[in-house]
Amino acid sequence: MGGKVTTMKDAVAELVRDGDTVAIEGFTHLICFAAGHEIIRQRKRDLTLARMTPDVIYDQMIGAGVARKLIFSWLGNPGVGSLHAVRRRIEQQDPEPLEIEEYSHFGMVCRYVAGAANLPFFPIRSYYESDIPKVNPNIRWMRSPYPDGTEVAVVPPLKPDVTIVACQRATPEGDAQIWGLLGCQKEAAFAADRVIVVCEELVDEAVIRRDPNRTVIPSVIVDAVVEQPFSCHPSFAQGYYDRDNAFYLKWDEISRDPEALDAWLKEWVYDLESHADYIEKMGPAHWESLKPEPAPSGEVDYGRYA
Amino acid sequence: MSDPLDYTKNEIMIVASARLLAGVRNCFVGVGLPNIVCNLAQRTVAPDLQLVYESGVFGARPERLPLSIGDPTLVSGSTAVTSMFELFAYYLQAGLIDVAFLGGAQIDRYGNLNTTVIGDYAKPKVRLPGSGGACEIAIHARKVLVIMRQAQRSFVETLHFRTSPGHSGDPEHDRARGWWGSGPTNVVTDLGTYGFDEETGEMTLLTLHPGVTLEQVRENMGWEPKVSPDLGETLPPTPEELRLIREELDPEGVYTS
Repeated sequence: MGGKVTTMKDAVAELVRDGDTVAIEGFTHLICFAAGHEIIRQRKRDLTLARMTPDVIYDQMIGAGVARKLIFSWLGNPGVGSLHAVRRRIEQQDPEPLEIEEYSHFGMVCRYVAGAANLPFFPIRSYYESDIPKVNPNIRWMRSPYPDGTEVAVVPPLKPDVTIVACQRATPEGDAQIWGLLGCQKEAAFAADRVIVVCEELVDEAVIRRDPNRTVIPSVIVDAVVEQPFSCHPSFAQGYYDRDNAFYLKWDEISRDPEALDAWLKEWVYDLESHADYIEKMGPAHWESLKPEPAPSGEVDYGRYA
Repeated sequence: MSDPLDYTKNEIMIVASARLLAGVRNCFVGVGLPNIVCNLAQRTVAPDLQLVYESGVFGARPERLPLSIGDPTLVSGSTAVTSMFELFAYYLQAGLIDVAFLGGAQIDRYGNLNTTVIGDYAKPKVRLPGSGGACEIAIHARKVLVIMRQAQRSFVETLHFRTSPGHSGDPEHDRARGWWGSGPTNVVTDLGTYGFDEETGEMTLLTLHPGVTLEQVRENMGWEPKVSPDLGETLPPTPEELRLIREELDPEGVYTS
């Protein structure tokens, strides 16, 4: 232990506050379900949830009633279908309305970029002749001040109060390395006021220093570090475990029925103390079945310049 | 394989789409049918095809059928993994993408697409996923192929929401847009294949799949279809195309049965 290492329970209790804007990013990869579950368990309320691709964990959180608003660019159970709890709230205001603010992927990415880079807005060539700006007044238009005068759409910075990033490995101080799909975790973390890093493995600083190109998030922006194996299940961590596709399919069924959803939350979230209980309840054979064959990268030689 | 009915609707959609990729290099792939289409094209008409995924993978070589556009099999063995910003800014917005696939719940005669809502936006009957990358893909990919099953409720006179822009109906306006692309270039359905008229930007029936009648096309469309004067018949799948689909690309028939 040492450094900023803490438990998921304490990290969420201390750093996620009612009414916060929270981003648990991840483009199908490294989605921190364990953090979402802890937020549900601690019954946080009135959150604004931001994410490019809200999927099953946001459906669970929104179904559990932690959020009042969703900022997003693609809403669904990837490769499967709909998020039924989110749809109930948008289509039928059941059990209560959900405010939404939507963009395209590039628009969402650039909102984080503007937030991370401390810019007042970010220009993109998108939204031309689309209805999206008609329903989202935050997407505006300007002409380039340079001679070509190109018309561009602009999006405002998105600065989450808290960004939670899952990664393969990190130091106790929070220097975090990711390989595989990078999503916009880096941008979302740099844009945030507070950052929680959740790693599959805590490693010694020397491990990180041997391969600095792989560091996505430096400890200087990190507030808490949680070591939590399998924190992304049923999503995946490249090289550690595969996506549990059976669960994504099962969630389609569960989330169609509010009672089944509540029963699932009770059994797998509220009645458990922590993600360690979840891992134990799933059983070792399940985790073994998700393990990929190894495919290590070749090593590069950084050279020593003493 | 000489019996023209000896293939499924999805199989003829796949082969008709794959043939449109002849000679293409950089292709933005989706999951499901587009994924099989691209892998088939790579093995037949487009050996230099680079599979690009909006999740940030360039030059993917998937060893299994990906379950989503973010499947780990797309990463292992790929040419490059990029951040989302790089992918959308340097690859797509800068014009490196030759072809992309889009689909939707609704398409109109000019190839505008709706993936946002059915009904009113504020109180939708059905809330759909939204744009994802589709809006900018429609604008920046040099060619956009749409693969969709044809029906009255999806080929509509008026979209409920325009997520991704197609042709405007005024080619002069379209040329003045200054986009790399300008809406869909081809549509492949379970009934036939379409291009877009250069003068009017209107979807135009180019071929009917074997055994399909013009009447069936009309019954499954919300407007009176424009028909090419050279209306032809889609070439049926070849035995080799069917072998590749059935034995290599989708042996369990997940997307093709």
